[in-house]
Amino acid sequence: METDELIINLGPVHPSTHGVLRFKLRMDGEIIKDCRIVLGYLHRGTEKLGEMKTYLQFVPYTDRLDYISAMPNNYAYVKAVEELAGIEVPLRAEYIRVLAMELNRIVNHIVSIGSLLLDLGATTMIMWGFRERENALQLFEMLCGARMTFNYIKPGGVREDIPDGFIPKLNEFIDDMEKRIVDYEQLINDNEIFLMRMKKIGVISAEDAVNYGMTGPALRGSGVNYDIRKYEPYSIYPDIDFRVCVRSEGDSYARYMVRIDEMKESLHILRQVVDTMPKAEVVSSPKYGIAPMTGTASTVMTYFPRIFTPPQGEVYSRIEAPKGELGFYIVSDGTTKPYRVKIRSPSFCNLTAIPEMVKGLKIPDLIAAFGTIDVVLGDVDR
Amino acid sequence: MNAYELIVNILTALGAYEPVLNIFKAHGAEYVLKVIIVFVEIVVLMAFVLVTVMFLTWMERKVVAMVQVRYGPMVTGPRGLLQPVMDGIKLMGKEDIIPEKADKWLFTLAPFIVFIPAILVFVPIPFGDYLIISDLRVGLLYIIAISAISPVAILLAGWASNNKYSLLGAMRAVAQDISYTIPLALAAIAVVLFTGSLSTVDIVNAQSGTWFGIIPKWFIFLQPLGFILFLIASIAEMGRIPFDFQESESELVAGFFIEYSGMKFAMFFLAEYAHLFAVSAIVVTLFLGGWNGPIPSFLPAFAVPLVSLVYFLIKTYAVIFFAMWLRDTVPRVRIDQLLNLGWKIMVPLALLNLLVTGFLVTILANGVI
Repeated sequence: METDELIINLGPVHPSTHGVLRFKLRMDGEIIKDCRIVLGYLHRGTEKLGEMKTYLQFVPYTDRLDYISAMPNNYAYVKAVEELAGIEVPLRAEYIRVLAMELNRIVNHIVSIGSLLLDLGATTMIMWGFRERENALQLFEMLCGARMTFNYIKPGGVREDIPDGFIPKLNEFIDDMEKRIVDYEQLINDNEIFLMRMKKIGVISAEDAVNYGMTGPALRGSGVNYDIRKYEPYSIYPDIDFRVCVRSEGDSYARYMVRIDEMKESLHILRQVVDTMPKAEVVSSPKYGIAPMTGTASTVMTYFPRIFTPPQGEVYSRIEAPKGELGFYIVSDGTTKPYRVKIRSPSFCNLTAIPEMVKGLKIPDLIAAFGTIDVVLGDVDR
Repeated sequence: MNAYELIVNILTALGAYEPVLNIFKAHGAEYVLKVIIVFVEIVVLMAFVLVTVMFLTWMERKVVAMVQVRYGPMVTGPRGLLQPVMDGIKLMGKEDIIPEKADKWLFTLAPFIVFIPAILVFVPIPFGDYLIISDLRVGLLYIIAISAISPVAILLAGWASNNKYSLLGAMRAVAQDISYTIPLALAAIAVVLFTGSLSTVDIVNAQSGTWFGIIPKWFIFLQPLGFILFLIASIAEMGRIPFDFQESESELVAGFFIEYSGMKFAMFFLAEYAHLFAVSAIVVTLFLGGWNGPIPSFLPAFAVPLVSLVYFLIKTYAVIFFAMWLRDTVPRVRIDQLLNLGWKIMVPLALLNLLVTGFLVTILANGVI
């Protein structure tokens, strides 16, 4: 039966667009015939800012990309700068970085699953999740004083050493979290309505997923075994034993399950990091090499020069952020500021697959599929 | 006996009824006294419903908070009990916005059409022994019919707002209401087959007493399938979370009342909770024995309605708690899944239930077994 087409505008101010995203939907009754994504409502010119700030000044701006998980953002940029300038990083600093990033991965997945369930109309998960997230944020607060925008990982190391009492609290968190994940699974996994809403919804084949440039849990949910931590190892990941979580279905449920599994893997990584962390220095500098650090913030700050000039050249460096491949492309012209900073953000690339996923589905399915892609608009618009 | 006669009896017992009646008789206006007594009943009912609704909004928040490891409202009043009052004051102070392109008359009318049936539905509900406004002979039919008015008002609200989201929300709500009224009514008819009467009082009376001295003669034990169907259908009718399509905030922002503000919004809100209470009361009346419960024989006669009211409220709040608990643990189903569930599963099951019940009742009545 032919009916009149209805154009529905979902967003930019809408409870389940996770920020200011706008969908323009061409509807045939309740069926989505075409979906166009309108971007740019949160565009802050971050890449341009990168050209106008010195290398160190830009680190806090990376916090604002994917503000749910800022540590990997810090690290991705810092890693690029370090590769560009050939800065050697002390081993203990790498351990602390991985610790912070994996903790942030757990936080990210908690928020992702919580808001997915919230979009589906189940309000409990996000409250439970935020209880654990609060504990994690307190750990971050111990590390660097900030809860969301850390500016903790900096070229040459981290801003300060982990404080006293951090490791016991972290162990407590890990033990607690292990039980909580079981709770989450009991609440969600076998819920008949949840399965009805997630299984075979928003399916994307492995081939399409690769072609759209999807990465991270969204790609691994389609059965592609791809994780930069394994395939282009960086930091201390080669020394750490962990599994890449893959599921083959390619539907919303698979993407959700990949996240649950990854949380467990992150806990596993955290345990190893805590057990094997060496007692050593935290910061290095291009001038003086690795420093005999005592760990207070002021000394770290003064040790690494605020203004430094990497040699001319360019670098593309990428990491496995919680949402997928986060890459920084930096061109240096030998001055104190980068000539160009390009950010390859996972949210943006993953988002482009949405129109393909939801064709022929209904608006509630769009919401569910979009929730499992796990997008942060700060990361999309930059 | 209903609440009218109860009031008359109380007045008689106090020795006040005869003199007052004589005064009215002297002027040839007996009916004025009747009107006054009925008016008192209405005021009591309205007050009861409004207080219940306010309490329910508080309870809802507290139950959600309990499940979600939070406190819920704590500041206004003891344990936040006065929060609904504050909410009411706030809503009254809000600007009453009517969108430019809305149909102003219908837009204003809709909240009232939602609210009035929500109150009217309480007329044949037996709150306790004697505590019923009017024991209609078609009580159950009346309840189902009155509940069926609210979709009209919802459609009105959605259409008059002149907003795509609210229209979509309203259409969903109507589709849902219509498809779930059928299994609801079919499940209720199965109960009526046992009692042979649509009167709610007869239904409650049929459930008094026990089998073997232990199991109460509630229809939930005779009609387990009917009970489940009725409960699911009534939660769908209420539009609560696994089936809250009229709102479905994550898709339609707020559904049909997206454009409403201030007291008009509050009317929808009040109606929703009044409906929750009414539907739970109906579930209790039909399946959980109404106000029946062990009433000790040493109690004086005037205490019996009070004790029965307590039984009724306990059962009703248990059902309400179940609805709130459900809301906290399950996601929302999709609209087509909901309609599939309604038409392809619940209606056939309800028909089957009706058929089996009919056979059993006929066999029992004819004494075959």
